[in-house]
Amino acid sequence: MPKVMTKPERCKQCGLCVDACPKQAISFGDGINAGGYNYTVIDESKCIACGMCYTICPDGVFEVLGEK
Amino acid sequence: MSKSKKVPYLVDRPMSFCPGCGHGIAIRLVAECLEELGQADNIVFPIGVGCSSLLGGGIEADRLHCSHGRAGAVATAIKRCNPNNVVISYQGDGDAYSIGIGETTSAAYRNERFTTIIINNTNYGMTGGQMSNTTLPNQKTNTSVYGRDCSVTGNPIRFPELAADQFNVGYAARGSVHDVPNIRKTKSYIKKAIEMQLSGEGYSVVEVLSPCPTNWKMEPLEAMKHIAEHVTTYFPLGEFVEKEEK
Repeated sequence: MPKVMTKPERCKQCGLCVDACPKQAISFGDGINAGGYNYTVIDESKCIACGMCYTICPDGVFEVLGEK
Repeated sequence: MSKSKKVPYLVDRPMSFCPGCGHGIAIRLVAECLEELGQADNIVFPIGVGCSSLLGGGIEADRLHCSHGRAGAVATAIKRCNPNNVVISYQGDGDAYSIGIGETTSAAYRNERFTTIIINNTNYGMTGGQMSNTTLPNQKTNTSVYGRDCSVTGNPIRFPELAADQFNVGYAARGSVHDVPNIRKTKSYIKKAIEMQLSGEGYSVVEVLSPCPTNWKMEPLEAMKHIAEHVTTYFPLGEFVEKEEK
């Protein structure tokens, strides 16, 4: 089963992934990264690893691991 | 476990663009196309001045930072001296269309064998959001505070259409990065442009409409909607010319 991995240290809190996710699995968490941004977290129970977040993210936060 | 969607190693480092900027997406698309075509180690980027300059810090490839607007001329020299290299000049709209319109048009006119990727965010982003040649009619910027008056400043330039209509170029297209379907389409345009260069058919240009949330004074999502609702009405998306490959 494919899985989405994140690199929260790259997130800039633009929120494009939150809007692009078809399953509303992405939201802003409580954490703050080194850049001072409130980074996004993925609810793995909702995620279907479609890769929309990978496509829309300008900063390379997401990667989809594993073949479907 | 193999990666099914991974960030290309060419750009696998933090970028220094503003939050919500489209440059990061466009650069990733270029790197993905280069990896898929097996040209990732054979690439030279002449880079323009402006926000596009930040590509230099974000990519693991040969690159040359050109004088303002002159990336078209430098790319010509690189491609003529090293015809086996893939040469992609990466420029912004202020660089390619305003200050470097002579170099960009001349390269298209001579049908040079390189590719130009132009990121159009309808202003000079790096210097603080001044009016450029692609600023929309009535758009407010720092140097057009009452909105752009086209009767005084001229109409926004549509370069891919100009290249397609007037010059014998290999490929000209305009894409956008405002949503996922358009990002995928833009990737196919960029790939075709690089293939056109590899086949030696001629000059290829892809303009990419990109948001500039900082200077448009919008939230990133609002900026994406602005592209879909306003910018694409003036800058239509699609392919304008595609020569048959040799």
